[in-house]
Amino acid sequence: MDTESTYSGYSYYSGRSRGSHRHGERSRDRHKSRSKDSRSEKSVTINTPPAEPLLGDTAVRGEQVQDDNWGETTTAITGTSEHSLSQEDIVRITKDLEDSVGLDCRRYFTRTLAIILGLLVFLTPLAFLVLPHILWPDKLQSCGTACEGLFISVAFKLLILLLAVWALFFRPARAGLPRVYVFRALLAVLVLLFVISYWLFYGVRILDSQDENYQGIVQYAVSLVDALLFIHYLAIVLLELRQLQPCYSVCVTRSTDGETRHYNLGQLSIQRAALAIIEHYYCDFPVHNPALLSASKSRAAKHLAGLKVYNVDAGPGNNAAAGIAHSQSRAMIAAAARRRDTSHNELYYEEAEHERRVRKRRARLVVAVEEAFTHIKRMQEEEQKKAPGDVMDPREAAQAIFPSMARALQKYLRTTKQQHCHSMESIQQHLAFCITNNMTPKAFLESYLTPGPTVQYSRDFWRARQWTLISEASVTSGLKDGTIFLLKCVDFSLVVTSKKIPYIQMSEEYIDPKSHKFVLRLQSETSV
Amino acid sequence: MSFVPGQPVTAVVERVEIQKLQQGKNLILGFSIGGGIDQDPRQNPFSEDKSDKGIYVTRISPKGPADLAGLKMGDKIMHVNGWDMTMVTRDQARKKLTKKSEDVVRLLVTRKSLEEAVKHSKCSYPKH
Repeated sequence: MDTESTYSGYSYYSGRSRGSHRHGERSRDRHKSRSKDSRSEKSVTINTPPAEPLLGDTAVRGEQVQDDNWGETTTAITGTSEHSLSQEDIVRITKDLEDSVGLDCRRYFTRTLAIILGLLVFLTPLAFLVLPHILWPDKLQSCGTACEGLFISVAFKLLILLLAVWALFFRPARAGLPRVYVFRALLAVLVLLFVISYWLFYGVRILDSQDENYQGIVQYAVSLVDALLFIHYLAIVLLELRQLQPCYSVCVTRSTDGETRHYNLGQLSIQRAALAIIEHYYCDFPVHNPALLSASKSRAAKHLAGLKVYNVDAGPGNNAAAGIAHSQSRAMIAAAARRRDTSHNELYYEEAEHERRVRKRRARLVVAVEEAFTHIKRMQEEEQKKAPGDVMDPREAAQAIFPSMARALQKYLRTTKQQHCHSMESIQQHLAFCITNNMTPKAFLESYLTPGPTVQYSRDFWRARQWTLISEASVTSGLKDGTIFLLKCVDFSLVVTSKKIPYIQMSEEYIDPKSHKFVLRLQSETSV
Repeated sequence: MSFVPGQPVTAVVERVEIQKLQQGKNLILGFSIGGGIDQDPRQNPFSEDKSDKGIYVTRISPKGPADLAGLKMGDKIMHVNGWDMTMVTRDQARKKLTKKSEDVVRLLVTRKSLEEAVKHSKCSYPKH
């Protein structure tokens, strides 16, 4: 049976159907602010006008599926093509542009600063070595062998420094954090101060007095490069090594459906911890599917829908209004508690029915896919040379066998409310990929049967790359025991709490290997 | 007292009647048993045949009801109140002995000295 029965006590939000209304399905979109473009960021805001539920309930209470107000309350969104832009999209695009320009400015600014600092650092030792030759070449002592040996050492140390800086700092930026990266800023300031102090010393003691001892100058340059290498060591320790040792266990919960994961983090600032958590989120959490949450929202709406509060005492007084609202809500709570509610029954049976339906569709899907895969066979090298007729590349092979499983797959996706995650194109691409790599039907189906991590889906499905960090403590302060912060994205938020890993006191106990001795147990007796 | 599988067991038995003594909440008999089909028969110090899995008396508390009734250490219990004890687990034997509804147990026990006594008595009266 394709049709989903609609004669229980509440309305359904069926999966979005692209294009036409199917005969058995009624989509009752009473919420006008829902966007239907699959590529846009989906904001599911439920604005339930207070008068509506009563109307909706009286319409549904009979066996009649289509209510009288269907024409007025349904928004005609299913008629849009994929390329139209709604008002929402325009607002979103302009917002994106503004944000990206702002962030890029900041990124370029930091990048130029870093390049300037790098150039300064590298050219300083060379300048120290070259300037005496330019300014007072006649007074300068000639460079002996020890001095020339130092040239080699300066050259190689500079080379090592160059490679090390390239390895540590010249990596593509992962993210734009809200505040400045404290350790990097500190290191930059330290390097700058260091180089400035060396220049000051050089300027005063060597340039002004025109020192002739060239070996001393070369040794001075060598000491500068050594110190720079040590600063680089400090940079490695502060930026990379310090957070490796796990110190805190953070618990990350998605606010909409309660998915929870636990991670171990080291000593990090809150913004860096948030970045690490977001990167884990994309790999570990199953993809966020708002279609699965609609049932509980409709149940919640139904709880309050049956009660309406009438204010019998028509008293105008502003200061009584707050008290009236408070007592109204209390009265509603009391009435709801007293009402004999059978919604748990409906939930139980509906869930059992859904489970059964999903299993049936899944069985059909598995059989259809297995049968489809038997229709194609990989050609061996020798056969390819012999019979060049009717040979297909993977894409064509995928297109050839796709129609036989398309219907079962589409029905399954619709039942599990995943149909907006996978487009026809992406399914065919995945099929071609599986065929190329000799994967079995089960391997092909794996990405459809279980909701995978967000990373697995197509790039435009990575809904939010714009995350907001909401925290009471300053985001550059370190993680502490009991830190709580929120990572908000458009559809949901991640609630993060951290706990310190306790100090572990371990003691040892030595067991002599020769002390393992055994005897047979004597026959025991029972006293009566 | 030897036990040949498949053949009926014959033994000379003595009937011992023990009155249970009320001690606190329990009715006690004053002896300990060992053996049983679920135990290792080679550990039994009292059995002649080390494959004998019967129930043996391993300890008698002095001046207890069993001691007064004439039970000796090393006796093999054959019957308890009519229930067979030659092919039971130790727990089953304990249960049959410690039934709360009975305050008298009548045991049929056998020991080597009985056999010898009978043999001796058989020999000392030559048939004419």
